[in-house]
Amino acid sequence: MPAVLIEDIHKRFGSLEVLKGVSLSVEPGQVVAIIGRSGSGKSTLLRCINGLETFHAGKIEVAGHTMTQDPTKLRELRKDVGIVFQSYNLFPHLTVGQNIMLSPRITKNVPQAEALALAKDVLAQVGLSEKFDSYPDNLSGGQQQRVAIARSLAMKPKVMLFDEVTSALDPELTGEVLLVMEKLAKGGMTMLLVTHEMNFARTVADTTVFMHQGKIWESGPSKVLFANPQTPELSNFVKAGAH
Amino acid sequence: MQTFGWPEALFIFRSAGWTLALTAIAFFIGSILGGAFAIMRLSRVRWLRRFASGYILVIQSIPVLMVLFMSYYGLSALGIELPPFLAASASLSIYVSAYLAEIWRGSIESVPRQQWEASASLAHTTAQTYRYVILPQAVRISLPPTVGFLVQLVKNTSIVQVVGFVDLMRAGMLVNNATYQAFQIFTLVGAIYFAICFPLSRLSRHLEKVMNASRSH
Amino acid sequence: MLFQDVLSKWPMILHGVWLTIALSFVAITLGLVLATAMTALRSLAGSWAGYVVDAYVELMRNTPFLVQLFMIFFGLPQLGIRLNGLEASILAMTLNLAAYATEIIRAGVDSIHRSQIEAGLALAMSKWQVLKHVVLQPAFARVWPALSSQFVLMMLASSICSFVSVQELSGTAAIIEQDTFRSFETYIVVTVIYLVLALSLKLFLNWLGHKLFPQVSGLARLTEAHGEAA
Repeated sequence: MPAVLIEDIHKRFGSLEVLKGVSLSVEPGQVVAIIGRSGSGKSTLLRCINGLETFHAGKIEVAGHTMTQDPTKLRELRKDVGIVFQSYNLFPHLTVGQNIMLSPRITKNVPQAEALALAKDVLAQVGLSEKFDSYPDNLSGGQQQRVAIARSLAMKPKVMLFDEVTSALDPELTGEVLLVMEKLAKGGMTMLLVTHEMNFARTVADTTVFMHQGKIWESGPSKVLFANPQTPELSNFVKAGAH
Repeated sequence: MQTFGWPEALFIFRSAGWTLALTAIAFFIGSILGGAFAIMRLSRVRWLRRFASGYILVIQSIPVLMVLFMSYYGLSALGIELPPFLAASASLSIYVSAYLAEIWRGSIESVPRQQWEASASLAHTTAQTYRYVILPQAVRISLPPTVGFLVQLVKNTSIVQVVGFVDLMRAGMLVNNATYQAFQIFTLVGAIYFAICFPLSRLSRHLEKVMNASRSH
Repeated sequence: MLFQDVLSKWPMILHGVWLTIALSFVAITLGLVLATAMTALRSLAGSWAGYVVDAYVELMRNTPFLVQLFMIFFGLPQLGIRLNGLEASILAMTLNLAAYATEIIRAGVDSIHRSQIEAGLALAMSKWQVLKHVVLQPAFARVWPALSSQFVLMMLASSICSFVSVQELSGTAAIIEQDTFRSFETYIVVTVIYLVLALSLKLFLNWLGHKLFPQVSGLARLTEAHGEAA
C-alpha cells in the first residue's frame, strides 16, 4: 500500500482553481520533491495532505488514514503525518525541550519521563542537544528549523511533509537543515518536500514532481527529470535556476 | 411616596450637564498640568525628571476618591474651605494630569530618535524641536489613548457625588432616595453615561485604526 | 497635626487593609476566570456568542463602576435578588474586571499569528489544546503588564465599595474621621497605605509575571499597554 495516495484533487480559492485534478502516489520510504513556480499549487497540495487546507473534490489517503473533516479522525491522521513550515512556527513561549514534548504529552499521553527521553533523542538527531533549555528567540533560523524538524519527529510520524523549509533562511544556514533532511531520507523516512533547492531535489529525492498551473506537468526519477526535461515549461524552469 | 416619572427623569438629564461641565474643566486644567509634567518627565534636568515621575507614580497609585477626600475634607479641616464644585474640579484635574502626563510622555518618546537628531542638526533649540518637530507628531500618536482616557474621566466624575456636588450620579441617588425605584433610575443613569462614553470609545478605536493604517504605509 | 489619634485606631485600619486585599484578591481571581471563559467562548463558539461577549464588554467599559455597584446593590432587590454590601461589591468588581480583562486578553490573542495555530493543529492538537497551549499561554504572557495595571486599578477602585457601607480601607477612613475629627490626618494615613498597597501589588505582579512567564518578560515589555481606570 502506498504511504500517500492522492487521487484527482481539485481545490479552488474563490473562483481561482489552484489544484486542477492532481494525483500522486508515494511508496513507504520514498522521498518525493515537488517543484514549481510560486502559484503553481505545490504548497497548497502539501498542506492538503495533513488537512491544513480542505479540497473540493478528490481523495487523499495517507499513512493508512483517509483524509476527513472529522476533528477526531483528523487528529489521528496528524499524529502520523508531520509537517515542517517555512517559518518554523516554534512556540515562542516554550523552551526547545517544551516545544518538542508538548504534543506527545497532550495528544498521545506519553509519560513525562518518556517524553523527556524522546525529546533528547530527537534533538540529538538534529544535532542540537545543548539547546534543550533555550528559547526559540535565542536560536538562529537554521537552528530553529532543525528544532521544528525534531518537534515533528517526536510524534513518530510515518510521513513527513516539508513546506519550503529553507526558503526563509540565509544561504549559509540552509546547509545544516538540508543535511538533517538528507539524514532522515537515508534513514528511510517517507518524505514529501516542496522546495526551491534544485540540487537537493536532484540528489536526495527519488522522484521529482514538477507542478505548473495547478497540475502535475511532469514527474519522474529525479536524475532523469532534471537531465531530460520533456516539456518546455520544466526546461525553462530548470534553466532559470528555480525562480 | 414619590414615583419615578418625567420630572425626575428630566432632573437626571439636566444633571448630566454638570457631569459634562466637570469633565471639560478637569480635562482642560489636567491637560495643562499633564503637559507640563510630561515635558518635565523627559527633561534633561534630573530633579525635574524625578519630581515628575514621583508625582505621576503617587497619583496613579492612590484612589481618585482619596485625592477628592484630601482636597475636600482634608483642606477644610485645615481651614481652607473649598466649595464642592471646586474641590471636585481640583481633585479630578490632579487625577487627569498624572494619567495624561504618562500617556503623552509615551507619545513623545515614540517619535523616532532620528527626528531629534535631525532637528538638532538643523540648529533648532530644544523648545523649537518640541514645537515644530516632536509635538506635531506626538499629538497624532497620543490622540487615540487620550480620547480613550476621556472615557475613564467621564466615568470617574461619578464619585464626586460624595462631596455633595449634584452631577448625573448624585441626581440618580437623590431620585432613588425619594422613589426607591433603583432599577429604573440607575438604568437611565447608566444609559446616559453610556451615551456619552460609547461614542468616545468608538472614536478612540477609530483613530487608532487610522493611525495604524497610516503607519504601515 | 496629630496623627496619634488616627494611628491609635490601628486595629480598625488593619481590618480595613485586610478587607481591601481580600476583596481585590477575590474579584481579580474570579474576574480573570470569567474573562478567560469569555475569551474562549468568543474564539471557539459561534458568532452569536462573540456578539454577546462584545456587548457585555462595551456595556461595562462605558458605564461607571459606581453605577454598576448601585445597580447590583439597590437595583437587584427590586428583582428579588438581595445582596449585602460585601457580596454586591465582590460581584460588581468581578463583573467589571472581567470586562476589562477580556478586552486586554483579546488583544493578546489577536497578536498570536495564524501560523502558530496551524503548527498546533499539525501536531495533532485539538482546538481546545491549541487554544490552551498555543494561544492563551503566550497571549497571557504578552498582556501580563496590561493585566497587572488593570489589577492595580481594580484594587484602587475597591475604595468605591465604601459607598455601599463595606468597611474596607476607605470605609474605615470615614469612620475614623467621624470618631476623631482629624480628617486630614486620617486621609493622609489612608492614602499612604493605599500607596504602599498599590506599589506592593505592582511589585508582586511583576515578580509573578517573571515566575509564570520567564521567557516573555522581554517580549512583554515591548507590548506594554496603558491600563484603564475602572
